[in-house]
This record gives sequence, C-alpha cells and structure tokens, in this order.
Amino acid sequence: MMKSKPDEEDYWNSSKFKAFTFDDEDDEFSRLKESKQAVNSIRGLVEEDDDEDDVEKVSWSGEPVGSISWSVRETAASNHRTDREPAFPKINTETPPLSRSHSGYSLSSLFKGKTKGGNFQSITDTLSDSSVRLYAPELRKPKSEYKDYVSDWSPEETVHRMKQGKSVSLEKFRSLQDKLLLLDFSVAAHDGNVITAVLIYLKRTLSKEVLFRELESRQTALRHFIHYLTETRDQKLLLELLRALGRTEDMVLLQYKEHLSIADENKRRDFLKSCLSLPFPADDSAHVQDHYTLLERQIIIEATDGQAERGGKVEMFHKFPRRASIVNMPLITTLYYCCFYHYEEPEGSFSSPLNIRHTFRISEKQFFVTALAARAKLKAWSDVDALFTCRNWLGFTRKRSPVTFSRVVDILQKNSAPTQVLQDYVALVDDVTLRISLAQKLKCHDIIINTYRDLKDRQLLLGYRGKVEIGSAEERKIIELLDNQVRSSSSSSSSSSCDFLFLLQQIRWKN
Amino acid sequence: MAHSARRDSPELPDFSLLKRLARDQLIYLLEQLPGKKDLFIDADLMSPLDRIANVSTLKQHEVDKLYKVEYKPIVSTSDQLCFLIRPRIQTVKWICDVANADKAAGRFRRYKIIFTPQKFYACEAVLEEQGIFGDVTTDEWAFYLLPLDDDIISLELPEFFRDNFLAGDQRWVRTAGSALHLLHTVYGPFSKIHGIGRFSKMAYESWREQVEEGETKARQAEIGKVFLIDRDVDYVTPLCSQVVYEGLVDDIFRIKCGCVEFGTDVTSSDKRVKVMLNSQDKVFDEIRNEHFSNVFGFLSQKAKNLQTAYDKRRGMDIQQIKTFVSEELKGLKQEHRLLSLHIGASESMMKKKTKQDFQELLKTEHSLLEGFEIRECITFIEEHINRQVSMIESLRLLCLLSITENGLLPKDYRSLKAQYLQSYGVDHLLTFANLKQSGLLVEQQPGETLTVMESKVGKLVNDKAAGKLTDAFSSLAKKSHFRALSKKLNLVPKSDEEYDLRVPRDMAYIFSGAYVPLSCKLVEQVLERDGWTGLEEVTRLLNGHEFSVTGSSGGESRAKNDAQRIVLVMFLGGCTFSEISALRFLGRERGYKFIVVTTAITNSSRFIETLLDNHA
Repeated sequence: MMKSKPDEEDYWNSSKFKAFTFDDEDDEFSRLKESKQAVNSIRGLVEEDDDEDDVEKVSWSGEPVGSISWSVRETAASNHRTDREPAFPKINTETPPLSRSHSGYSLSSLFKGKTKGGNFQSITDTLSDSSVRLYAPELRKPKSEYKDYVSDWSPEETVHRMKQGKSVSLEKFRSLQDKLLLLDFSVAAHDGNVITAVLIYLKRTLSKEVLFRELESRQTALRHFIHYLTETRDQKLLLELLRALGRTEDMVLLQYKEHLSIADENKRRDFLKSCLSLPFPADDSAHVQDHYTLLERQIIIEATDGQAERGGKVEMFHKFPRRASIVNMPLITTLYYCCFYHYEEPEGSFSSPLNIRHTFRISEKQFFVTALAARAKLKAWSDVDALFTCRNWLGFTRKRSPVTFSRVVDILQKNSAPTQVLQDYVALVDDVTLRISLAQKLKCHDIIINTYRDLKDRQLLLGYRGKVEIGSAEERKIIELLDNQVRSSSSSSSSSSCDFLFLLQQIRWKN
Repeated sequence: MAHSARRDSPELPDFSLLKRLARDQLIYLLEQLPGKKDLFIDADLMSPLDRIANVSTLKQHEVDKLYKVEYKPIVSTSDQLCFLIRPRIQTVKWICDVANADKAAGRFRRYKIIFTPQKFYACEAVLEEQGIFGDVTTDEWAFYLLPLDDDIISLELPEFFRDNFLAGDQRWVRTAGSALHLLHTVYGPFSKIHGIGRFSKMAYESWREQVEEGETKARQAEIGKVFLIDRDVDYVTPLCSQVVYEGLVDDIFRIKCGCVEFGTDVTSSDKRVKVMLNSQDKVFDEIRNEHFSNVFGFLSQKAKNLQTAYDKRRGMDIQQIKTFVSEELKGLKQEHRLLSLHIGASESMMKKKTKQDFQELLKTEHSLLEGFEIRECITFIEEHINRQVSMIESLRLLCLLSITENGLLPKDYRSLKAQYLQSYGVDHLLTFANLKQSGLLVEQQPGETLTVMESKVGKLVNDKAAGKLTDAFSSLAKKSHFRALSKKLNLVPKSDEEYDLRVPRDMAYIFSGAYVPLSCKLVEQVLERDGWTGLEEVTRLLNGHEFSVTGSSGGESRAKNDAQRIVLVMFLGGCTFSEISALRFLGRERGYKFIVVTTAITNSSRFIETLLDNHA
C-alpha cells in the first residue's frame, strides 16, 4: 500500500526535493531489520484494499472504533504492519480529536491519501517513464530499502522513523496541510520527543500567527510547545502565545515569575511595582500588591536597622545580632522580626508590628501566634502575659487566647520557657486529660497535684507521690493533701484564716 | 518478621544482568572516543552510575578526570571532553557555551555527548542553533533500568512526573515503553498486561510497537504478568506520612538510589556514614516492611540474641574459640554493626517525630482519609501554616485535604492560600498555579456541591461527575472521587475495630490500619479478577483508561508455570516505599512475587517539591 501514485498536483513538490540528499546514518543492521519487515509487509501491500474493512472492526476493548483518532493511528501503523498476528492487541489510547477545520482539507481526502500511500512521487517514478511499471520494482525490492534511497517519506512514515530515532528530513513538508499532518501524526503517535521536533520545525517555518492559530485547537501539541518554550526560556514568544490564546492568568503569572531572576532588591521592587498593573485575578492582585509593599518596606527596615546595628548604639542588636537580612523574607518572618526588634514602636512606625498587622490584614490568630513566639524567644514573659490579658466588664483580668492553651504551651515550650511560666498556661488547658498529659510531659507537678485534688482522686494522688522527689515541696504538698482527709473528716469547722486549708477541708475523696 | 508466608512463592528473576548490560554498553561508548578524556557527569546521574560501575572501570577506559556538570566554565586541560548527561536543554546549552568558549580562545578539542537513556530532537536543535552541531558527536546510552534491590527497579527519572503530569509533555512515554521492552526481551515474554491511566496506555502502545518491530526469541518466561499504573490514578497514597520502617527512613533521611546517609545523631560518633539499604542488609531486610511501632521490640530482641551468641564463647576451650572466631565472629560483628545502626536510626527518628507532634499529624491525616471532623483538620492545617512549621508539610496537608474532599470550599481555599502566602512567601502564587493545574489543590467549582454529595454516596447520577477536566484548557487535572472510591473498595477500615499491627490482616497496616493504598488495592482486585470485570464503577470514578490484554502467545499452556505468579507493577510517575511494602505483603498473602518498576522512588516531600515554583 505504500507505493506512490503519480499525482499531477504534487509533481512540483516531488521534483523539488529530488535534489535533496538524504543522509542516512543507519547501520547495516537496522537496514537488515527494515528489510525483513518490509518483506513481511509485502502481503499487506498486496492486500491493501482490506485496510478499509479494518476500520469497521470493533477493537479488543469493545469500544466502537472508527473514530478519527483510531483511524489515524490505524493507518499510521499500517505501513509497518506485519503479516503475522500481532502478539499483543492494540489499545485505544486517548488521542485528542484531530481537528481538520482549520486545515482546509476534507477528512475523506486525508484518509484516502493515507491508505493509498504518500502523496508524493518518488524519484523512481520520475525516472521511469511509465507509471505502469510502478508495482514491479516495489514488489521485487523490499520497500523500506528502496525508500532509503529516496527521501520520499509520507508524514506518517516520517513520524514513524522519527520515533525510532532515525534521521529524516522535514524540509519537504512545505504546505500548511503537510505540516499539520506531520503534527497530527506525531500527536497520534504519543511520542513527546517527536511532537516537539515537529513543533521546532513548525516554529521555524510558519509565522507566529498561523502557528498559534493552529495550536489553539491542538491541546497536546500546544502543551508541548509551551513546555519547549519554557525550557528554552523563550519568554517573549511564550508571552505572545499566551496572549494570543487569551490565557491571561498564565501570562501574568509568567511575567510575575520574572522577578525571581532579579537579584538586586531595588530592581526587584521596581519590577514588582510594574507588575501591579497586570490583569491578575482579584485575589492574586491583592497578593502581588502585598508582595510589592512588603519588599518596599523590608528595604527601608533593612537600611535603618543595618545602620543602627553598625552604629552599635542599639542594645537589642548588640545582644541579639541579626543573622540574616530581612529582605525577601515572607511576611510572617518579617512580622516576627518586628515583634523581636521593634515591639514597642508606635503604630505610626514602618517597622511597628501593629502597623504591619494592619497594612497586611493579618488575622488576630496569626498575629498572636507570631508575637507570642517572638516575645517568648526573648523571654519577655510580661509581654507574653499581656498578650492574653483582657478585662471583663467587672474589671477583673482573665486570660484569653485565640488559639487553644495547649497550643500556647507548645509554642512557649519550643521557645524554652521555664516551668514556672509554662504551668500558668498548662493550668488553663480545659481538657483534663490533655492538661494532665501536658503537665506530666513538662513536669508541672503542682498542676497535676491540683488536678487530682479537684478530681478527688486519692489513688492517683497516692500514685503520683512516687514520681516526685522525696523531700521536695511537691511531696510535702501531696502528703498534706492526703493527711487532710483524716482531718477533714474529723473537723468540719471552717477556718477562714487560710484559703488553702479551707479548700482542703472540702475534699471528699472518691476513692 | 514472622509472617505467615505462603511457602510456594516463586523465585525472583536475576536483575543483575541489567546492570551488566548497562555497564558493557557504557564501556563500548567510551571506547568510541579513544585516548585520554575528561568525563563530565550530570549530578543526578552520579549515584545511578555508581551502582553499575566504579571509578576504576572508567579509568580503565581512559577516563582521566571526572567532573560534575555545574553550569560553570570548565577548567579541564584535556583535549577530549565527554559529557554523560540526561537529555536536557539547559545542559546542552551549557556544553555549547563550553565549546564556543574554546572556539573563541582558538582551542581545539573533541567533544562527545552521551545522552542517557536517549537523546531528544530538541537537544540536537540546540546544538544546531548554537553552531556546534557537527563539532560534537552524540551517542545514546540506553541505561533505562537500574535495579535498586531484588524486587525494585528504577528508571531514575524523577522529572517524569512533572513533565508528564504537570507540563503534559509526553517525551518520556517512549522511554517507559523501551524500559518495558527491555524487560520483556530479557525476562519475557509477558502473557498478560493490565493497566490504568492515560500514560500507561501510551507506554503500552509504545512497547507493543517496539515488540512488533523487533524480533522475539522463544524463551522461557520469567515474568508473566504486568500491571501499569499512572501516578495520577492515586495521589492520596504518596501524600500520606509513611510509618513503615523503610518509608519512614526515606521520609526522614531520604534514601537516594538505595543508599542513605546517616548523620552523627544516628551513628553516635562524629562520623557520618553512607549505608546501602537493601536485602543484603539482613537486619534491615527483616524490619523494612514492619510498622514502626514493632521495630523497637524486634531490634531489642535481636540485640539480646546477639548478646547470647557472643556469650557462647565463655567456657569454650581453645579449639572451640578458634572455630568460633573463624566461623561466627565475623558474622556476629557484622550483625552487631547493622543492629546498632538501625537502633540509632530508630532512636533518631523517634526523637524527630516526637518533637514535631507526629501523633497529631497522623490523627489529622487519618481524619482526612476517613472524612471525619474536617473542620478540625482545617484548623490544624491553618495553625501549621500560621506557625510556619514546614512549607512542604503544609502544602502536603492542603493537597491531601483537596484530594480527599474533591476540592476546597472557595472560602477555605482563599483563606488558606492567603495565609500560606503570608507564611512562606508570595512567590508561591506560582506553586499554587502548578497545584491547580495538576489537580492536586483546587477550589470546588460552584454547582459542584451536588457532585460531592453524589460521590459521597458512591453513586453517579450522570456522567458529568466522572468526566475528565483533561480537555479543558491545558490542564491535566481530573476530578478525584476519593470518598466514593474509598467506599467502593473499602479503603478505610472501620475505625472502631482494633487493629493489631504486629499481625497485619491487610495492606492497611502500612498506614497503621487506617487506609489501604488505592494503587495497591487496584493491583489486588485486578489480579484477583484477572481483569477489570466487576470494577466498572471503580474505573468510572478513576476516569477510565483501564485496559487488560492477553498476548496471543501467552495461552493457557503457560498459565501454570511459576512465571505467572511473578507480577511486574510499573508506576509511571513514581511510587513510595510504603506501596512497595504493601505489595510485598500482598505477595506473601497470595503467593505472588511482585517486581516494582518505577520512574523514581518518591515520597510526599519529593512529590510536593517537584511542583514548587518559587525559585528562578
């Protein structure tokens, strides 16, 4: 079926590439292999008409065949089909429907062209006077061997050879139709390497407008092209492509991404400023605005603090030297930095934590967690305490926290808070089991003892006695509590002089 | 440990042959450039190369100096330069720069590029564009498969995942087909192939074509069945924390090409050590598939036994001691060394995990898998982000939330994304775009709520829910129907039942009894049914692309031979050690032997890292 038929319309094309020398690097061995295949395929050649019937069959998976993609693959494969039964059946891999609407040729002509062989006339044809002789040399000579001497590969043959890594020339595919056939066959062959190779050729030989237009309806090829441009860092063409396709979101992100390759912070800031006018989606637009504002502010803070540090007059920088520049750090790192070095500053100052909180709309919880960690790191326990304090309407203070107290304890402990500080917060953990386990982990004996006391659990208290140091204040407390049982049962009179005793006398052990 | 293994498990084929093939071919290629030459090696090829050849092999073939490709001007004085690289445009550009710099300096050298496992046209196009084509000779080193262990073979192509599933670039499809073809040629013929996923289908087709192009010699098959699976069929499993020993070691210390580097905290000395982790390490071999909670007990028992063995020498006479020293002592010392290493590693892992509230993290993961207390999970993730705990971990949890819940509610998505950007940098806008494109972290679209409901009851009212988003705007994302799948396949065992991790009853043990990995469950089901019959609903929820084919040569006559119980499972896009452990378990239960072929070994961190985009 691979014999060429002289076609008047294509004549100019074939005579054109006659001059082209085909450089085949294939070694003897692969030729041998090809020949063998070719011999095997002679039967298929003779029975070419059957190919049309093949299309009617139902594929192994039971899926209806005859779809465009199925046929394209079917014909693509037919030129290397052997006469033996394939060991494994073909499966219907997903191929995006080949859209012909832009290509300007009909489907029927496409397939006709394919099953009847390439559209081009071979050198042999032009040399031999009569087309009647056409069959003879082909049947005598394995066709692929013969093909090696003429660069007369059809699009599907070309794609097939490319898949095998054999050398081909794409130069003869000059009409848009041929180029697109080449592309569509490469996509149908699922070989990304070949798809990209064809795209490189198309990029070189088609105007951008035409290429972009054709890619729009070919998503797989388009993805390959985008990836190729990304890898070759052809930013300009990629942006043009995305713009032409109306993919604004991808386009602006790509532009925004450029800031990463700008090392100088002032240039980067200016670049980010220029990004502000890009048509980002609403949410992202706010994020990019924040990015710019943050960097601008970081540059100012860095300059001021760097100077202060070098001046050596500010004690904070002396005691806690800065380890790295704050420039290009995330917002929360910046907030932490400001909570660390600029906690007391009035809200009007650029580096004030409160100012940062308001400028960047930081949530209460987020602010709280960050400030807590920073002040705990500095062991500024009064600041820590103040973070929780809120007065109720009676003027009493109580501790309140936007995160659970167990989380608070965790943060404090990670910043190596001492037990005295920790236990204040462990005591505020609502859940009794959690409170006990935290207290045990952190060795807050008082809390455990008090909790057991509140639970009126004498057995647990007794058990805990073994876990504290002998002769310690904790042990004395346990002993007092346990002793109290005896006293409390004998005396019920209240002693108002001491709250502690008063409490003790209330204990009614449950065990 | 003592599993009730079926005794009749078949023997695994010998994969060291693959190493020999690769080595011989490399030597042949080096000999194509006679004389002394300097060799530049891509950084990520160094470990794989180490596994099949050593420096003296290279020296024997006149390699003078070895360099790592670093994208900087070179200092070599050799007249011949050989580059052993992956086919990447950036690397080829660098080589062109090197050659052009030589030209400008009037220096003449010979250059040879060896691409592995194959060259790409795009790379040659770079040579042409840079005016270097013809000055450089190119070759291909068909080093497709690196056996990492008796039952693990890796293509060592981590970029497969991003190229395929994010960029939608099918450049590696033929590579996967060729790798399969190599296995088929050496260990086949395969008699039955099952698979699921778009790229699995394509790889199958590529393989089939290569089989038809080549010659098939009739030989006794060593591998009978093959199962191909795309990574995007199951994103949940690689996102979970690993708790089986080998997986945990990979999560914490990162196993690279079958080798791990333990720090001073493990060795309890001032030396770091590199250790090969494979079945040769007898201690490791016994604990690698165990749930971490069992490992301590096992190791201490082992230590006691060792002590007893040492103690035997007391009360021995001279002759007995002589025998003891010559026959047993070396083995005991070896075991002692390994034992202390793994005890050290376990301790170190334990410390690291207690420090980062591992229990709470696992609880959140399990809740997400179960679809239980989702609000609490979101709060946990939020606090994780607020405290800047770990950039990767936060993303991992967000992805897990999205995949299991079929997308985040728009309100949650916006709020979590904003907080993430505040904590880890606005640059991650690009990362979020990637995650969206790959379908790992998405916002529920308005009007999808019903679909979520449908998927929860495991019933599809119409095809809309099962429809791919694939054709939409360049995105390869597809809908996840995790809840429905989980129900259909019973992936999440009832939580009220006690699960004894020492005596695992199913593959869920690899996740503390909380979840049977979807990927491995599919393998189990398909092998059991010898196809996809009866799994129609499941494949629909997985967006289709399943296939089962029988080779005409693989008829009933062969079905009885041992090879039919050797099953090759190929993961396109990477697999985790937990999945490998699960398959080993399944193999023991059902009398199969599994060989895992993967484009790369992955874990949640590597998985997420390939999708990050916050760097230039």
